Amino acid sequence: MKNIRLLKDQFISKIFLVLTLLSISTVVLIALGLFYKSIPILNSTSLYNLLFSSEWKPFKEAFGFYPFIVGTLWVTAIAIIIALPLSMLTAIYLSEYAHIRVRKLVLPLIELLSGIPPVLYGVWGVLVIIPLIQDKIAPHFVEFTTGYSVLAGGIVLAIMIFPLIISIVIEVFDNVPQDLRNASLSLGATQWQTVKKVVLRKSFDGIVAAVVLAISRAFGETIAVLMVCGNLAQVPHSLFDSAYPLPALIANNYGEMMSIPMYDSALMFAALLLFAIIFLFNAVSRIILYRIEKRNN
Amino acid sequence: MRKIEENIFKVLMILSTIMISSTLFMILYTIFSKGIGSLSWDMVSKIPEGGFYIGKGGGILNAIVGSIYITIGSTLLGLLISLPIVIYINVYAKRNATLASITRLSYDILFGIPSIVYGAFGFAIMVYMGLKTSLLAGIITVTLMIIPILVRAIDEVVRVVPEDMSNAVFALGGTRYETAKIILRQSIPGIITAILLSFGRAIGDAACVLFTAGFTDSIPTSLDQPAATLPLSIFFQLSSPIQEVQNRAYAAAVILTIIVLIINIVAKIASKNLSKNKI
Repeated sequence: MKNIRLLKDQFISKIFLVLTLLSISTVVLIALGLFYKSIPILNSTSLYNLLFSSEWKPFKEAFGFYPFIVGTLWVTAIAIIIALPLSMLTAIYLSEYAHIRVRKLVLPLIELLSGIPPVLYGVWGVLVIIPLIQDKIAPHFVEFTTGYSVLAGGIVLAIMIFPLIISIVIEVFDNVPQDLRNASLSLGATQWQTVKKVVLRKSFDGIVAAVVLAISRAFGETIAVLMVCGNLAQVPHSLFDSAYPLPALIANNYGEMMSIPMYDSALMFAALLLFAIIFLFNAVSRIILYRIEKRNN
Repeated sequence: MRKIEENIFKVLMILSTIMISSTLFMILYTIFSKGIGSLSWDMVSKIPEGGFYIGKGGGILNAIVGSIYITIGSTLLGLLISLPIVIYINVYAKRNATLASITRLSYDILFGIPSIVYGAFGFAIMVYMGLKTSLLAGIITVTLMIIPILVRAIDEVVRVVPEDMSNAVFALGGTRYETAKIILRQSIPGIITAILLSFGRAIGDAACVLFTAGFTDSIPTSLDQPAATLPLSIFFQLSSPIQEVQNRAYAAAVILTIIVLIINIVAKIASKNLSKNKI
């Protein structure tokens, strides 16, 4: 007779395996579930029209996502343009220049920043960024704006993705062998030259991965963006125009969507679109990051 | 010339470091200075009374309790699912490295999926199963969202438990299950940190529960009733044109901020102090 302990072990092994497989399949389930719900809209409207038409009239069953897609791209681009240089400089400073004590002081603060719920970023954006844009920045450029704009969305998102970029880039920098830095320094290069020609070059792919991850985070952020972007279904033409990013659209219309035919299907298609793009971005950048980790072990 | 460039960049680096680390204080300062004035005992001890959303009396106890229910429920459920997964990929799947790395990759990806997508997916399931917005639907959806957080954070601590320890258990004739128990005991500080992390995420998330948990002015007494949540309560009150209601949104923001700060700080202290007793 087999030992009861061994039986228990094998039994648990099977259960845990099933649980692991089931939970990995959530990725597939999400894709299938959202796809299933968006079949009606895909049958009635061509994919090209869904993506590139600007006509958004749910009551007439016209669902063109173009303004929302462009709105999402605007806020994401602004966020990256603001966040990338600032977080790169900070990451370089903390990893290459700063005293260990400074690093130990600043990193937890940045970590804490990533723990703040999106809705609070939204509140802060409404209280600080919107008036700032409306009263101080925008009057120099345009005649009138409410302040609820792609710029506001971009600034709030930028702050939300600082922690993500900084923590990944610092990790990538830590993976650059110290010997390479020493070799460069011993040839008479200054520290900045070493950073530029050795550290940055060596970690280029890691930085790309961090940026791609940050893009996908900005892409899917909902509540904060919903609160500061103005939510007008239009294609923005300047920094001070309102926009209506995709996640905000989904979140804002969940109440009405059951009462208008096809509306829920259209919104589920929007969620599927977000899922597909973010899945792809995440997969690519994670694989890059795995490679870096492997190379150094 | 080289020196000048170096110095310019050094100044820029220090400036951006200061800027980024001060954003935290800017955000906290704004929320506290705006909301602390409207904070009252009624806010945290009463549910909304009639006419609450046009400025009449009451508080947001419904949202606080709803958030706590959802957070605790989903964290418990999430732990039940993620602990076995972490054990499986670290103890059982030792010989099957492919499965372990596929699992890790899929959780890294799931970690990046925004909560609005989880919300939409949860909603799709809800409609499919004929459920209404309810506490249960909210808990399930939030669980889906925090499992990746839990798995990644726990996996990180379990992975660094020295191999010698599991070898020692094996050498004494222990089964893999018994080894797993020893490894888990060794990782308790990390697991507690992971729990607190997911707690913080679950309590602050709005997009997930928007579709699934709904919103109500009363405190849910069973799993099939809708539940209010703190972030949504802030969001809804802030969209009101009435000043008093907006002020209460700021006060609610202060409450949420305090909760999140406490969770994060306790997590930091826990991971520091509990790891002292580790071998």
